[in-house]
Amino acid sequence: MNLARVVGRIVATQKDSGLTGSKLLLLQPLDSNLAPRGSTLLAADAVGAGAGETVIYVRGREASHAFLPAGVPVDAGIVGIVDEVYLDPDSGRGARLP
Amino acid sequence: MYLARVVGTIVATRKDDRLEGCKLLLVQPIDERGKESGRCVVAVDTVQAGHREVVLVVAGSSARMTERTKDSPVDAAIVGIVDTVAVDGASPWSPE
Repeated sequence: MNLARVVGRIVATQKDSGLTGSKLLLLQPLDSNLAPRGSTLLAADAVGAGAGETVIYVRGREASHAFLPAGVPVDAGIVGIVDEVYLDPDSGRGARLP
Repeated sequence: MYLARVVGTIVATRKDDRLEGCKLLLVQPIDERGKESGRCVVAVDTVQAGHREVVLVVAGSSARMTERTKDSPVDAAIVGIVDTVAVDGASPWSPE
């Protein structure tokens, strides 16, 4: 699982029936300092995340497990909304608020 | 999942039995602003996408989770046709 920030939203009316009702969000992956790293990806939202929020997402087929028992064809899913991130103080980084 | 633009169709007469009847499209991945990024991939179309449309592509074993691709040897499937892309801080855009 990884951290990311919600940076946008995709609307697709015509889609696979398994995706009906899914909210599709654009995510920017983050590093441990919560700075943007890497290219954006699309994920289905399982927890009601919104714009600008920092979230936990899971990649691969496991992402569809967030939507069980429905068989949803997704390879990235948002499974948590981050309140706070605590890092080892010895690393000199301390707590990070999204 | 990622955004891509449909850039071609593939015809393959000889193929795995479970690919019979599947529409195979060549898609070019794009970023959230519509710029091309990375290499083209062949994907099974489950939503009747057309040429130049921007689509939602699911990769890996998740691509086998649609009705059309269940138990098929595929690793990329088109699962949606994109109407609009809204990036925070920019106006939403719709593929032409």
